[in-house]
Amino acid sequence: MFFRRYLIPRLIQYALVIAIGITAVFFIPRMLPNDPVMRTISELRARGSYLEPGAMDKIIADMTQMYGLEGSTLEQYGAFWTRLLRGDLGVSFFQFPTPVNALIATALPWTAGLLLSTTILSWVLGNILGGFAGYFSHKRWSRTLDAVAMVIRPLPYYIFAFALLLLLTYVVRWFPISGGAGIGHQPGFNLPYIRDVLWHSFLPALSITILGTAAWFQTMKLVVQNVNSENFVQYAKLGGVEESRIVSRYVIRNALLPQITGLGLSLGLIFSGALITEIVFSYPGLGTLLYNAIINGDYNLIMGITVFSIVAITTAVLIVDLLYPLFDPRIRYM
Amino acid sequence: MNNTILKTEALQAFYVLDLYGKSKVVKAVNDVDLAIQEDEIYGIAGESGCGKSTLLKTLAAATEPPLRVVSGRVCYRIDGVDVDVATLSPEAKRKLRLEYIAYVPQGSMSVLNPVAKIKETYRDFVESHVGGQSKVDAFDLARRHIIELGLPPKVLDAYPHQLSGGMRQRVTIALATLLSPRIIIGDEPTTALDVVVQRGVVQLLKDVQRNLRNTIILVTHDMGVHANIADRIGIMYAGKIVEQAPTDKIFGEPAHPYTQYLINSLPKFGDKSTRESVPGSPPSLANLPSGCPFHPRCPHVMEVCKQQMPGFTQLAPTHKVACWLFGEGENGKTA
Amino acid sequence: MKLFQDLLRDYKFAWGFSVLCLLVIFASLSFFSPYDPTLWGVVPRDMQPSAEHWLGTDSNGQDVFWMASFAVRNSLTIAIIAGVVSRIIAVIVGMVAGYKGGMTDRVLMFFSDSLLVIPLFLIIVMLAMLIRDSMNLVTLGLLLACFGWAWDARLIRSQILSLRERDFTQTAVLSGTGTLRLVLNEYMPYATPLIFSTLINNMAWAIGLEITLAILGLIDLSIPTLGTMLYWAISYQAILLGRWWWLLTPVILSVLLFVALYWLSVSISEYLDPRTRIQRVGVS
Repeated sequence: MFFRRYLIPRLIQYALVIAIGITAVFFIPRMLPNDPVMRTISELRARGSYLEPGAMDKIIADMTQMYGLEGSTLEQYGAFWTRLLRGDLGVSFFQFPTPVNALIATALPWTAGLLLSTTILSWVLGNILGGFAGYFSHKRWSRTLDAVAMVIRPLPYYIFAFALLLLLTYVVRWFPISGGAGIGHQPGFNLPYIRDVLWHSFLPALSITILGTAAWFQTMKLVVQNVNSENFVQYAKLGGVEESRIVSRYVIRNALLPQITGLGLSLGLIFSGALITEIVFSYPGLGTLLYNAIINGDYNLIMGITVFSIVAITTAVLIVDLLYPLFDPRIRYM
Repeated sequence: MNNTILKTEALQAFYVLDLYGKSKVVKAVNDVDLAIQEDEIYGIAGESGCGKSTLLKTLAAATEPPLRVVSGRVCYRIDGVDVDVATLSPEAKRKLRLEYIAYVPQGSMSVLNPVAKIKETYRDFVESHVGGQSKVDAFDLARRHIIELGLPPKVLDAYPHQLSGGMRQRVTIALATLLSPRIIIGDEPTTALDVVVQRGVVQLLKDVQRNLRNTIILVTHDMGVHANIADRIGIMYAGKIVEQAPTDKIFGEPAHPYTQYLINSLPKFGDKSTRESVPGSPPSLANLPSGCPFHPRCPHVMEVCKQQMPGFTQLAPTHKVACWLFGEGENGKTA
Repeated sequence: MKLFQDLLRDYKFAWGFSVLCLLVIFASLSFFSPYDPTLWGVVPRDMQPSAEHWLGTDSNGQDVFWMASFAVRNSLTIAIIAGVVSRIIAVIVGMVAGYKGGMTDRVLMFFSDSLLVIPLFLIIVMLAMLIRDSMNLVTLGLLLACFGWAWDARLIRSQILSLRERDFTQTAVLSGTGTLRLVLNEYMPYATPLIFSTLINNMAWAIGLEITLAILGLIDLSIPTLGTMLYWAISYQAILLGRWWWLLTPVILSVLLFVALYWLSVSISEYLDPRTRIQRVGVS
């Protein structure tokens, strides 16, 4: 039952979502009047003089092969998939001939580190604070926290990041304005380098964490208030179960279930937010890579980042979904 | 000798709601005097929405905003001493629950923690009351208790959603009787169960009461269940007790027009006439009619009914009714 | 009208509504602007706030106050286009899925679920990059509308599902009311407050994405919007050079706008369903 009603549908959906996403990436440029590939090629031809003649031909050959510009749309589509399934995202035009894979591989640890730490931290923090605030919703501190969250929650990542930037770097002058690791430190496990990374990551991490915490705080508070009025909580109270037990084993444990589902659903939004925050703080992750790709018109790189992100995010969502039954016996023993 | 174990005096409990600046008062329990004896099963009957469940919450001293006890008091007799529950600390009230007064909820899917096995719920309940017991002892106690009540011990390893409705209800009764409480409060424990299962649950409650010689206060709208189990019955209408008598009197000589309707709506063996139900619908507790709240539905309505609520008239030493048909009540006091 | 009066009793609604009104008044001031927002160098550059230039001037030689007033107007225009068009899509998809049920429902909901899981932002960036040359207020609004309906279609669908179970649907169907008539006459009145609350959320989401795309340089940078103001302030290093008024103005306006919209939507959804205030805030 569990396999047929839970696991199999999830896996099918996973495969279909990736297929839809990548198909969109393939067809979107083709639906437009001016094919970006053709346009890029003509742009490249125009500035061909800056490149070695051989490199120029290589790029055009690469693109023609990548998009399979010869043949019917269906054949092109097939070739596109064959190439992706080999794990080949093509070559960056601007940083020719670095493969897109290599560029993503350099930026990925930065983004993954930032995203993983802030997502986990804000989820945990928001749920703890929201859990208490929801259980003690009539207390003064709970209302104060709620009011703060009501102001922070709706702000987009970069608006909040700018506000923080204005406050801390301009008014207080505490933090460096941009950059991941400082210049002059070799990457590696030496103390100055690590300290530098932490220092420069601090502001983007802080801004994502505060926003994320506010969002998880609000939903958790509401979920807890709802769970609190559930029959089994009322029943436990009438049975004289100790309050600490009710909070931890009845309220929090049940309220976390929708929060786990929520984590899965919002990973896409969190990811997008993190990319933008990276750009604001010039943090050298995928976001900044994307930004530079846009500025340089490096279409292949943008496509590569998009395809990679679709796969990465849907996989992360799938993992969260697959972990869910561990926490909910109703799914486990369907 | 005074055998009263639970007593209320002029108890009023209202929900005070604040809806967009307009405050709204729902008079769920309105002037209730009860004196419930040791070793009896006291039934409270009435339509849904008459304040029965709120009365139970108040009796269990479990009022939470927006429900407030506006006036009157609830007294428990603990070791021969009357204790006003309003004077108890929250911790003292918590200790009394399950040990002195236990609660059996309406049978529904959601009364047991859905993510915990039954034995974990048992452990939470036991360990919250019996300090210093080891984990093994709590399980052991639960296991013995379950077997004693004739339930299969393997329910302890199940999750609530894996049990049938009747089994879940038996589990809650077992939980309620775990520490041999002096009072058990049942809030529609047989509703939402099918008739065969209902019988089993009623029988289980009767057995429990016989063994513990304690008090059961049972709320249900089902007069059939009351006939089966209750020693005395209080009829509740719009937040007030309107008639109270031993079960045979209530069924044999119902006095209040409302009680008569409730009794007449029951099927009788061999009687093929159509059953009458109460005409109209119960009044909103937020907007009560003046005088006797039953007057808009009463076939014997008189002018005075619309003006004033009658007090209790003693028809027999154990039978009292609040209705103008029988007099204005002792000292003209409103019930 | 009764609904509006009830809502105004809630301080969140009252506050959000007043701030939004003030912002709309501020935006309509742009019709009386003494300067053309598309020209550069109409006033001295980089002036501090003064009696003559209330919020100072920027490095493009524009007055920040009047620029901001155009920016709020244009950002609201984009948001309204995106919000209204995506509402139409959401209502159609939600109603068809909810009313038809079965396979239609499953296909439509799968499609909208996919839009929720995929990092849409990147696909929007890709698209925006491709149509960069023809990007104006209307195309941007339409582009955002294509992607902003998924969640709301789900909400409308569940509302329709619950309405379909009610008695009046049976009565109407049995008395021969056509599907379209039933949906428009019987369901719309129930769904309207919900649609309105999702409209507000969606407008906030659209303004958020507009700012994002502008910061990435993907929209016509000569159109003043909250996003392009931020873009210019950043690219002229306003923070480093100490021109705080230039960055602070759009930041504060955005904060006011987002908080006001959010409070309005929270207040409406609390009114609709006091028990569950859970809702999405769609800003990327």
